[in-house]
Amino acid sequence: MDIDLLSNVFYAMVRTGTPLLLVALGELVCEKTGVLNLGQEGMMLFGAVVGFIAAYSTGNLWLGVLMAMLAGVLLSSLFALVALAFNANQVATGLALTIFGVGLSTFVGAAWVGKPLNGFEPIALPWLSELPVVGRMLFGQDLLVYLSFALFALVAWVLLKSRLGLIIQAVGENPDAASAMGLPVLRVRTLAVLLGGAMAGLAGSYLSLAYTPMWAENMSAGRGWIALALVVFASWRVARLLLGAYLFGLASILHLVAQGVGLNIPSNLLAMLPYVATIVVLVLLSRDGIRTRLYAPVSLGQPWQPGH
Amino acid sequence: MLLSLEPRGQQSRAMLWLSPMLAAVLTLASGSLLFMALGQDPLITLHTLLIDPVSDLYGVSELLVKATPILLCALGLAVAYRARIWNIGAEGQLLIGALAGSAVAVHVLEVQSRWALALVLAVGMLGGALWAGLTAWLRTRFNANEILTSIMLNYVALNLLLYGVHGPLKDPAGFNFPESAMFSDALRLPLLFEDGRAHAGAWFALLALVAVWVLLQRSFLGFQIKVLGLDGRAAASVGFREKRLVWLVLLLSGGLAGLAGVCEVTGPIGQLVPQVSPGYGYAAITVAFLGRLHPVGIVFASALMALLYLGGESAQMSLNLPQAITQLFQGMMLFFLLASDVLILYRPRLNLRWARRRAAVVTAGAA
Repeated sequence: MDIDLLSNVFYAMVRTGTPLLLVALGELVCEKTGVLNLGQEGMMLFGAVVGFIAAYSTGNLWLGVLMAMLAGVLLSSLFALVALAFNANQVATGLALTIFGVGLSTFVGAAWVGKPLNGFEPIALPWLSELPVVGRMLFGQDLLVYLSFALFALVAWVLLKSRLGLIIQAVGENPDAASAMGLPVLRVRTLAVLLGGAMAGLAGSYLSLAYTPMWAENMSAGRGWIALALVVFASWRVARLLLGAYLFGLASILHLVAQGVGLNIPSNLLAMLPYVATIVVLVLLSRDGIRTRLYAPVSLGQPWQPGH
Repeated sequence: MLLSLEPRGQQSRAMLWLSPMLAAVLTLASGSLLFMALGQDPLITLHTLLIDPVSDLYGVSELLVKATPILLCALGLAVAYRARIWNIGAEGQLLIGALAGSAVAVHVLEVQSRWALALVLAVGMLGGALWAGLTAWLRTRFNANEILTSIMLNYVALNLLLYGVHGPLKDPAGFNFPESAMFSDALRLPLLFEDGRAHAGAWFALLALVAVWVLLQRSFLGFQIKVLGLDGRAAASVGFREKRLVWLVLLLSGGLAGLAGVCEVTGPIGQLVPQVSPGYGYAAITVAFLGRLHPVGIVFASALMALLYLGGESAQMSLNLPQAITQLFQGMMLFFLLASDVLILYRPRLNLRWARRRAAVVTAGAA
């Protein structure tokens, strides 16, 4: 493989992995506090459509990004209300959020399908982007990708180094003890859920404003679900999340690579790859049940109310 | 706070059944608000959505056409959810059922016997069951989360179906459209009435309904399934074999979803097309919860969901509203249901003393 192709593959890998990384970072924080929100796909789609409409109507891409994040927060607040305040089953509530988000985005976006938009353009940093192989991948991306790098660093720092990270962990590992220590368990969880919504909305806006600048029904194509699998893949550790997101990015663009080197495999079969890869990875990682149990936040998915 | 929740201490049986109805009413109410915001008359819109589609006999038979696959899928899901096995893969299992059945059907197009149809149906059902079996295998053998694997298999199934209609199953005489050949009359399910498209699949749904009712309400196996769902450790300690039960509920729900899929291609559609299902498998999730995972409740919920599908079509035709109304209402209904369910275990309490104190503070502040 020549250097140019490799450089392009790496570049596309990061681009394709970015929405996964953004959603997965939000979900990671959420799961660290003990909340399992399966609504990522729905929030992402709603963010994508709202971001697109806002950017298309105002001509301001960043306003689109902002509105997409607000859209994600709005949907996640529904989840927080039903699953945290009303103590409903988190799995069912998350599913409801996805079904609702898919329907809502299709409904809202019906008149906007296929409209053209000038999305975020790559901004190549001088000199750095000309480094061989990794230059374009790291320094030739659009602003939202750079933002994802920064957000990754921020989340990693918060989870690993900050006092807030300890609070998050305490709430997720043992909410009763955390509450006894005077930590506001429900407030921490609610904020984490809202953060997850903002990140999913941001990821959606990346799809509709940068990755493929347009709106199409169901354009996230299961990325919200893959991101959930990514968190398991990463064993709830943030550095592995980055690795996983880009590996999945690579799996999703393999069909382009295959075409590039002249392999003749039907495109529908190649399109299955990221989903099959997700299953394979889940199998490899879950095989050892003890390990999953070791790393998963102890109270993950369990409803909790103060004073019970 | 003005409104607080107070634990009832036990489940309210009345709310258990009232809450789905409350959810339906809340959905219609917020739907009306939405229509008003869109500049439509809410009464006319609701009429178009819920009454017009079933105002004649043809409409009723269409309701049956839509309710059949939803009911089949939802019955299976209910059994799985009772065991706390979150099978989200009914959509994929339905598609594989349609695909597997069609793969056989295009090879027996010339056979004029009813046995050919029986074979096609059996293969479709088996296909759906095996597809769900994959999830069961991954879960029991590798401990992989069934929510994620069954969702992923939905996407794989859709791509397999697309591969089928674009590749090996494409009608050679079909002008390159991504569709299989039309099935011969012998391979089509008989119609229930002279008019309309209602087909014998409805009998299968009825049969499945009775079978699932007996399984869940009257059999020891159903008891084991429910115990597993309520408390896995208790089930293990009295010797119920978890893995066997996981396999059983997934094979059953997959088989029913596969049957739903193969009934679509041998019934109303008559060939394999890319759009076999407008999301019946996902709708069935809402239906299963709305029907309280109880066979009888699910019948009513299926009818309601089928009505929503018809209403979505009629709203698109006569009011030019996006057909996605159906999915939107689905999501709203499930959300409202989960929110209303809080009333099963908690009693809302109007805190008047708090309000009075609050009012006193405000007046004091103003003075």
